[in-house]
Amino acid sequence: MSFADTSAPAEARAAPLPDFEAQFRAPPASGVSLTLRGVVKAFGPRTILRDIDLHIPGGQFVAIVGRSGCGKSTLLRLVGGLDQSTQGQIVFGEGEPRTAGESPVRVMFQEPRLLPWANILANVEIGLGAQRKTKLARERARETLHAIGLEERGAEWPSVLSGGQKQRVALARALVSRPRLLAFDEPLGALDALTRIEMQQFLEKIWLRDRFTALLVTHDVMEALTLADRVLMIENGSITLDLAIDLPRPRRRGSVDLALLEERILKRLLRDETNSPEYAI
Amino acid sequence: MSDTPWIVAAEIAPPVQRARRWLAPPTIGRGLLAWVVPALLLVFWQIASSVGWISDTVLPSPLKVAQAGWTVAKSGALFENVEVSFLRAMAGLVVGGAIGFAFGLANGVSKLSEHLTDSTLQMLRNIPHLSLIPLVILWFGIGEEAKLFLVALGVFFPIYLNTLHGIRTIDPQLLEMGKSYGMTNSMLFMRIILPGAMPSILVGLRFALGIMWLTLIVAETIASQSGIGYMAMQAREFLQVDLVVFSILIYALLGKLADSVARFLETQCLKWHPSFQSGPRA
Repeated sequence: MSFADTSAPAEARAAPLPDFEAQFRAPPASGVSLTLRGVVKAFGPRTILRDIDLHIPGGQFVAIVGRSGCGKSTLLRLVGGLDQSTQGQIVFGEGEPRTAGESPVRVMFQEPRLLPWANILANVEIGLGAQRKTKLARERARETLHAIGLEERGAEWPSVLSGGQKQRVALARALVSRPRLLAFDEPLGALDALTRIEMQQFLEKIWLRDRFTALLVTHDVMEALTLADRVLMIENGSITLDLAIDLPRPRRRGSVDLALLEERILKRLLRDETNSPEYAI
Repeated sequence: MSDTPWIVAAEIAPPVQRARRWLAPPTIGRGLLAWVVPALLLVFWQIASSVGWISDTVLPSPLKVAQAGWTVAKSGALFENVEVSFLRAMAGLVVGGAIGFAFGLANGVSKLSEHLTDSTLQMLRNIPHLSLIPLVILWFGIGEEAKLFLVALGVFFPIYLNTLHGIRTIDPQLLEMGKSYGMTNSMLFMRIILPGAMPSILVGLRFALGIMWLTLIVAETIASQSGIGYMAMQAREFLQVDLVVFSILIYALLGKLADSVARFLETQCLKWHPSFQSGPRA
């Protein structure tokens, strides 16, 4: 295992076949912390991320906002292991830099990316990775389907589901392995307004239950403020705002506190290239 | 509510199905409907022959064709020849199809393999395989190898091209998802690449089945000592037009059978595909 593990015994984790039954009965592991040190990402001559330093404590819900093309999705892809950084280190837990192998991170994409030829239950089982074939895999997949309210539809094809339901299955697939860090790449971007709100409440509920570390990339400032403990803003490849949102949950949409914060962030986002550090924290 | 009657009307309005009901026949008759046109043609043909519009030396009547068929069936020659032709077709399909599938997979998955072999195969593809008949006869004589070679060559290209196309058009987002969820290469292949390419592979199979019969008919007619094509050529020598027509009908029947098998495979392998689902969709 490439990351330091603080909750489970190291030898059990390092074994070639994890003791799945024990893992199934045990309460879910809490979130893993994430540290980025001097991370740079460049595509050819174009530098997308410049020298990002960031520490996210385990279990925190962090939202990243920014204009399109600012590098927020690139940052998420680096954390999710979909791309390699040009320079710098990405560390999970308090251990050494991450190498290949079973990752503590699960990524949820903007599109559901369900396999159309596998039924809904089988799609959820994909999230179990190598544990897929163990005895309790099906039970666990069923349990997760139950949590998203689609347990009756496990045998159906994904093509019969609505957009919101598909995204819920994608969430179940991400959750089923009980990841310690869940990275969301605008997962609700393609949904209609009502389904979005429903899914936001659902996400919050799941996060409060499982307490994984959450990294949410979004262009919707209100979504970030409703869900996150902390909002980061990325401009031109650097983090230019790091704002703790210390409001009680569940947050009421349209409350004055949220509206004021939203205005503040939107003003900053919409302002052109001038960057006097008015709201630096 | 009374001053907005259009809302009520919209709620009661049945789902839009009216246009279809006009065209769609009742469900029981739908299977039979496909046979109406062939049956009418057959009746017209019989009448035309009986009245004397069509000479027996040009096209014998359906009854005479059936009689000829009955005679060869009774003598046992029919089943012998059909069996020989069928086994030839299958052997060619299996050999050519397997090689085409293997090349398609290799070139779809590996860039090196594609650079190495694809342009050569594309060049060969442009040679009509039936033009090789004189060469094949020189190589193999008129034995089984000649027919196997031609059929295998014929079915190779549709299977190869469609397998390659199927793998190339797999959604890269699904592959990225699979990798990100820790799938090994063999799992990626079994769970994403192969099922994703399956619709295209089955299209290739249907093309291949058509080419398979075509090649076999030509090969058996030109150079053979058994098979349906040989039976037809023998009948021509003795001016048995009815038997020639009967042989042609057998080919039609076998072709239809192969197509039905391909269709059946499609409905079995592509159950997940929205175009193969009969139930209502959300």
